Amino acid sequence: MRQMLNVLFVTKPEVYMGLQGETIVVREDNKTIARYPLHNLEGIVCFSNLGASPALMEKCVQNNISICFLTPTGRFRARVIGETRGNVLLRKKQYRVSDMEERCLDISRNFIIGKIYNEKWQLERYIRQYSLRVPVEEMKLASGRLSKYLTEITESENLDQLRGYEGMAQTVYFGSFDPMILNQKSDFFFHGRNKRPPEDRVNSLLSFAYTLLTNDIATALETVGLDPYVGFMHQDRPGRASLASDLIEELRAPIADRFVLSLINRKQLKSNDFEINENHSVYITDSARRTFINAWQKNKQEQITHPYLNEKIPWGLVPYAQALLLARYIRGDVDQYPPFFWK
Amino acid sequence: MAYNEDDFLMISGIQHFIFCRRQWALIHVEQQWEENYFTIDGEQKHERVDNPEIHEKRGNTISIRALRVKSKVLGITGKCDVVELRKADDGIYMPQYGGNYSVIPVEYKRGKPKENNSDKLQMMAEAYCLEEMLETHIDKGYLFYFETKRREEVILTDDLRQEMIESIEEMHSYMNRGYTPKVRTGKKCKTCSLRNICLPVLNNQRSVKDYIQGRINE
Repeated sequence: MRQMLNVLFVTKPEVYMGLQGETIVVREDNKTIARYPLHNLEGIVCFSNLGASPALMEKCVQNNISICFLTPTGRFRARVIGETRGNVLLRKKQYRVSDMEERCLDISRNFIIGKIYNEKWQLERYIRQYSLRVPVEEMKLASGRLSKYLTEITESENLDQLRGYEGMAQTVYFGSFDPMILNQKSDFFFHGRNKRPPEDRVNSLLSFAYTLLTNDIATALETVGLDPYVGFMHQDRPGRASLASDLIEELRAPIADRFVLSLINRKQLKSNDFEINENHSVYITDSARRTFINAWQKNKQEQITHPYLNEKIPWGLVPYAQALLLARYIRGDVDQYPPFFWK
Repeated sequence: MAYNEDDFLMISGIQHFIFCRRQWALIHVEQQWEENYFTIDGEQKHERVDNPEIHEKRGNTISIRALRVKSKVLGITGKCDVVELRKADDGIYMPQYGGNYSVIPVEYKRGKPKENNSDKLQMMAEAYCLEEMLETHIDKGYLFYFETKRREEVILTDDLRQEMIESIEEMHSYMNRGYTPKVRTGKKCKTCSLRNICLPVLNNQRSVKDYIQGRINE
């Protein structure tokens, strides 16, 4: 598998990034506060309102370094995409497949199979590992229901049916999410998913993790030559990276949910790491965001064996591996798209 | 039949094609990796090749470096490292040098002589272009290997010519269809720089259908 490079996170809201030779120069109030060489970066995620110079953007695009702009609170703003590189034939094939309902169903089914399987094993891990701290019977019931959906999905005949199963599975899985929060229960609780805006600490953490993961996936798709904006399950909508939204489904539980739960359970984040606005929207503070990102990046370095490729890779390359397998499927090298199963 | 210039293939691709048809297709048909691949593997080589033509006279020999060549008949283009013009009575008349010369391509290679004949085929293709451009016949060339520091004479036989033509035609047919051959693993995969995007492991992997069924039925 390819080399994993670093991602630079610019978390201060009022800094500007410029280019000097082969180096990023970060300025605040016209003073240079940091410099980073470009050669070992694969991405820049910028939470600043001031942004970056066109010269830096050009350099990054040429060197395959992705740039993503988020608001200071972590909501997606824009991604920098240069001249489209890569293979026009692959993209055309992707567009053709996206117009064929039967093919869309075949791929989407596997996204959702991966998603529900991974949600099921997320529950199972907590049942096994914390049998004295979680309601085992209740969670076993949920896991069993997810297994049932998994079998039923293989026979789904259209996308609506598939979305129906996904919705039901979602309800079952998130119904067992709160019990997996083992510590700091009075500050961290989960009564359902909400996002615009997140109304509690857990939802704000989930939203932030999904944003980072979506960005990693969109970058990976671009890297292998696919168009992140043309999906198979999520319909095209201007400005939405639909294919990234498709691919994130199977990776939410093992990458994002697992990560958020461990941050809370290991008390890496506490209740005062959050700001609650008048409208009850909840956001993590700047310093907590740095804690979050550091842990997130560290998590990426950990090795796993890819279930289909049987190869050891860091977690951080899982989006890339799946994007590559998806491209290989679209090109006809494998019989189906192999989802990422974690156990 | 003559090829449109837009459809010309890179002569240097022959070495990839002979090494592994899939590797060639990944680089030339799918294209997305060209930059990655060349930046790692061939930047220096490119720099040298990109030099403007240099003419050098030594005794009875004139050397032209980095000469761009092409063949409309085969639809190929590339650069010759060195083309030597040697004074010869039975050679072609070249007014700018005021005499008759025979034409001899010389190709520089970084390693040592290879087991396959990809270097010879590349030279054959260059010779073919020179023949078409200069209206002559070329019967030999030289391969210089940096590792052995030796020049090897390559006789451009009819067999070699035939093999080169067939390879080029096969390359054109893949390119027209936008076709990337399936993985066929071998010893060569170990040294292949495109390993990571080719995923040779897909070759001996069970079907995805079984992989998924296996997990669902756990």
